[in-house]
Amino acid sequence: MPFLEAVRLALQTIRAQKLKSGFSAIGVFIGVTFLIGAWSIVNGMNRYMTDKFAGTLVGVNTFHLRRRPNVNFNVEDSVWRAWRRRPRIKFADADAVTQGLRMPVVTAWYSEDRGSVEYNGKVAKDITLEGATERYFDIMNLKIADGRAFTPQESKAGTTVVVLGYDLAQKLFPGVNPIGRTVRIHGIPYRVIGVVERQGNLLGISLDKFVVAPALSPIQREVNPPGVVDALIVKANSELEMRDAMDQTEAIMRSRRHLRPRQDDNFVMETSEGVLDFWKKLSRILYVVGPGLVGVALVVGGIVIMNIMLMAVAERTREIGIRKSLGARRRDILRQFLAESAALATVGATLGIGTGIVLSLLLKVATPLPAAVSPFSILLGVVVGGGVGIVAGVYPASRASRLDPIAALRQE
Amino acid sequence: MTDVQAFRTGDTPLPDIVILTHKLTRDYDMGGEVVRALRGVSLQIRKNEYVAVMGPSGSGKSTLMNLIGCLDTPTAGEYWLNGQKVSALSDDELARIRNKEIGFVFQTFNLLPRANALHNVELPLIYAGLPTKDRRARAARALARVGLADRMDHRPNELSGGQRQRVAIARALVNEPSILLADEPTGNLDSTTSAELMQVFQDLHHQGQTIVMVTHEHDIAAHAARVVTLRDGLVATDQLRAA
Repeated sequence: MPFLEAVRLALQTIRAQKLKSGFSAIGVFIGVTFLIGAWSIVNGMNRYMTDKFAGTLVGVNTFHLRRRPNVNFNVEDSVWRAWRRRPRIKFADADAVTQGLRMPVVTAWYSEDRGSVEYNGKVAKDITLEGATERYFDIMNLKIADGRAFTPQESKAGTTVVVLGYDLAQKLFPGVNPIGRTVRIHGIPYRVIGVVERQGNLLGISLDKFVVAPALSPIQREVNPPGVVDALIVKANSELEMRDAMDQTEAIMRSRRHLRPRQDDNFVMETSEGVLDFWKKLSRILYVVGPGLVGVALVVGGIVIMNIMLMAVAERTREIGIRKSLGARRRDILRQFLAESAALATVGATLGIGTGIVLSLLLKVATPLPAAVSPFSILLGVVVGGGVGIVAGVYPASRASRLDPIAALRQE
Repeated sequence: MTDVQAFRTGDTPLPDIVILTHKLTRDYDMGGEVVRALRGVSLQIRKNEYVAVMGPSGSGKSTLMNLIGCLDTPTAGEYWLNGQKVSALSDDELARIRNKEIGFVFQTFNLLPRANALHNVELPLIYAGLPTKDRRARAARALARVGLADRMDHRPNELSGGQRQRVAIARALVNEPSILLADEPTGNLDSTTSAELMQVFQDLHHQGQTIVMVTHEHDIAAHAARVVTLRDGLVATDQLRAA
């Protein structure tokens, strides 16, 4: 029997027994649904992490000189304690690095803490209070939607002006233009000069609840001890220049801190790559656990299909006898039943792919989890699903092909 | 008695002999006990003969039928079909012989219940490897030949017993086999339908078809030109009837 004939026959049989076929394909269906769903989430996260997360937290071609890593994962207590003993980054350090770098870079100071912002009796809590210098907006690609950022003069003078995040502005000034009005941070009044464009959210956390004030303004007292910054942000023109800048920064800092050659750095330079390391650790776990679960579902699905096919062979013994009496060879019967179980599994896999796509789209809409269906996972779904069907069909099909035609014809 | 070529092991049959069995035996092992269903059947059937095989149950009719139909292989002896020694063929070669040389008509029709008449008749052609278009045309012609041109789309359960058996005959003939092998073809039919079916067989015989029919009904066997009676696994009588 030609291959196409076998496939046609298999689809016909499946169509004739919709309910039974549906149940038998359910294992593969679930397996492939999960495959597509999980894959698209991990895939989406991956893309999200590379495109947005790291860029948002650190910036492109940018590194942060800090006392200790800002983004970390599963840090041991002893390491943590060692980090806490490190000296902090001083204004003088930041200035020395800025002046010492011999390539065109843009730098900004940056410090942050949590606190509340008040306007006219309204209090917004849990706001990120940021003290920064004027280039911070450029480096982090924060566009001003309304008003302006602060000037170098305001930054140097430590003028009490602030730029608000979008959500904060909405909350404190519903329906009112915030520009020119005065908010209070820990009782000290600041004049609002601008509002930053909406940034959206990162894994469900709003990126628009912040205020930025000049680093030398009184906000310094809220975020850090005197003369100390959380980070010096350095942005280079290219990755290569960034690497050079990091080397020079390391040299400058080591000499300032009188570190001997054998001593480790007591500061870090965090890049988006470093942040991605954190994600890579996490995704490695997902890449192990995900396929494991998919594998279990597919094995179960395969066993279900094998059972159904054994039942089908028993039920259709007479049909097999008839076909053999009419000249079907062993391989014809084998092919017929293999095609049937492969078709069953492929139908299950196809439905699974559809459901998986819908599921990941729903997830994308309903939750902050990003999801992106990759074409490769669809291909994999079809191949793996069909493969499970073929593997599961081998034993029943070979049993069918070996039936004795006389005994098969006698079967009621 | 027909005049039989004195056949010895090592000979080949004469060209007009379609079926030749030589000392054909078939033993079954029934849980340690050996049942000798055939004990040495020697039989020659010429082209365009119409032979009825009779005998009480247990006489070996069905076993002989299965051997002639290449569904089974003998324990000992030779079986030649159309000048080809089939008693020594492999499984796949037997399947090919069943496909090309033999047309089965069963007592219980043995149609596929989920397929319509046309597809049932098409089956042997599928296994013969014919392209779809040729298959359809030939199957339709075969159905027309048995008077079922207007029933092609019907499934077996939408057809009467006589119609089903005619579908089975169309299926048996669609590959133009050397022999039409019928096993109690009227066993499940009423007497009127049986008579009609016998007329179909008669017509086929006149058109040159070689027919071997197993039956236990004397009035059905009476339609055949030659009646072979088996008893205890051996040929008891073999006689020609006056036409």
